[in-house]
Amino acid sequence: MEGDIVQMGAYIGAGLACMGMGGAAVGVGNVAGNYLAGALRNPSAAASQTATLFIGIAFAEALGIFSFLVALLLMFAV
Amino acid sequence: MMTRPNRAMMRELEMASEAHTEEAGLVFHPMDQFIVKPLFGDGPVGMFTITNVTLWMGITILGIFALLVLGTRRRAVIPTRTQSIGELAYGFIYKMVEDVTGKDGVKYFPYIMTLFMFIVFANFVGLLPMSFTTTSHIAVTAVMAMAVFLAVTILGFVKNGAGFLGLFWVSSAPLALRPILALIEIISYFVRPVSHSIRLAGNMMAGHAVIKVFAGFAAITAIAPLSIVAITAMYGLEVLVSFIQAYVFTILTCVYLKDALHPAH
Amino acid sequence: MATETHEATTHSAATDGAAAATTHDAGHAAADAAHGAADAGPGMPQLDFSTFGNQIFWLLVTLVVIYIILSRFALPRIAAVLAERQGTITNDIAAAEDLKAKAVEAEAAYNQALADARVEASNIVAAAKADIQAELDQAIAKADTEIAAKSAEGEKAIAEIRATATAAVKTVSKDVAKELITSMGATADAKTVTAAVTARMKG
Repeated sequence: MEGDIVQMGAYIGAGLACMGMGGAAVGVGNVAGNYLAGALRNPSAAASQTATLFIGIAFAEALGIFSFLVALLLMFAV
Repeated sequence: MMTRPNRAMMRELEMASEAHTEEAGLVFHPMDQFIVKPLFGDGPVGMFTITNVTLWMGITILGIFALLVLGTRRRAVIPTRTQSIGELAYGFIYKMVEDVTGKDGVKYFPYIMTLFMFIVFANFVGLLPMSFTTTSHIAVTAVMAMAVFLAVTILGFVKNGAGFLGLFWVSSAPLALRPILALIEIISYFVRPVSHSIRLAGNMMAGHAVIKVFAGFAAITAIAPLSIVAITAMYGLEVLVSFIQAYVFTILTCVYLKDALHPAH
Repeated sequence: MATETHEATTHSAATDGAAAATTHDAGHAAADAAHGAADAGPGMPQLDFSTFGNQIFWLLVTLVVIYIILSRFALPRIAAVLAERQGTITNDIAAAEDLKAKAVEAEAAYNQALADARVEASNIVAAAKADIQAELDQAIAKADTEIAAKSAEGEKAIAEIRATATAAVKTVSKDVAKELITSMGATADAKTVTAAVTARMKG
């Protein structure tokens, strides 16, 4: 019984942790959208900033991955 | 939903014996693909056991060898397709190292190229059906990230002495803010290897697990076509992610290396 | 957490027991055993620390092998190929530039030749013109002299004729005057008649 409650809590927590992915999605969208807006305004400078774009996306995405990881840990490791 | 309730169910069903194979219609084992198991026999996994890790890392090596050594064996001035891919990879990483770390970072180019080639090949090889993705394991990525972290830190102190600590002392900020910024910088510095490794492993694991979950839905006839479409879409995304994560790992390595070589903020 | 691990161990013991006791389905028993082995640690294979040593060992082996392959064979070779290509391209560009310079030179030479030819042609034309002019001049001069000679001759002839005519007139008028005088009955003094006629004719 006690184990079931722990399990239930873990699953609920995993579900909650998945919300973090939405934040990462917003972040990645923000980075890419702003990049595009800037690139359309000054296309000649766009090519030199693709590395920065990917780094920004990677940083934003990593946080979503962290939440996914928390969800996985809650589901499988707790 | 995965192993544990399934296992509990099995336990009950084992008492009831027969009906259990039908019950296991919709079973998800998204993490089974990451299990490290011995290639020969069924024994425990020791340090030197030849496991699927060995097999797929060996395949990674062969892939790199095929592309960069066999592909360029003719040394043609007008390259073949394979050779131009190899040259493209070389030029891509060389330019990245040169652009990000500057001219004095170029002598670390072979190490960075090693990391990049390993990651990109392990990621792509891991996308083959039935394969094992070595880079999806935190053990693997953490070793690489820690190697980068330690190398960069040691290199920073060797090259700059105590001046390397200037990385944490933001001289352009107001004096009152500097200690706080220094604390934040130090924390972010030590979080680097964590995020560096978990980003790669997490991306790989997440994509593969999601594909596997979609594959699990294919067992239901009604939604099987949708599942196949979803798998295809995810697979395409994963191909992209495989490359981008290798690129990001490499470029972050270059950024860290630049910090070590030119710590001035 | 403690209850959890306890549960896990009792569970695996139970499965083992069940598998040993009932042996209902061989395939399932094998799968379950594999599962049990995998689940011996935490549920995530990534957190199964018993495999870390193995993975790290093989990773290091792999990285060292890749590093050796890259630094010994692949990278120097690709660098050489790229350098060679760069050299070839540079050479080709130099050769192309050479050829271009040559073409420019040839064009200049052609233009020069053209200009020379033009100058020569105009020279020739001028020379021909001058020749013709000279010839013409000569011819004109010759004609002039001839004409002059002819006219001089003519004038001379005219003068002669005139002289003879004058002489004839003188003689005739002398004769006529003498005859007139004679016919009038006087004797004509030849001297006076001549003088008078001459004076008359002068006048």
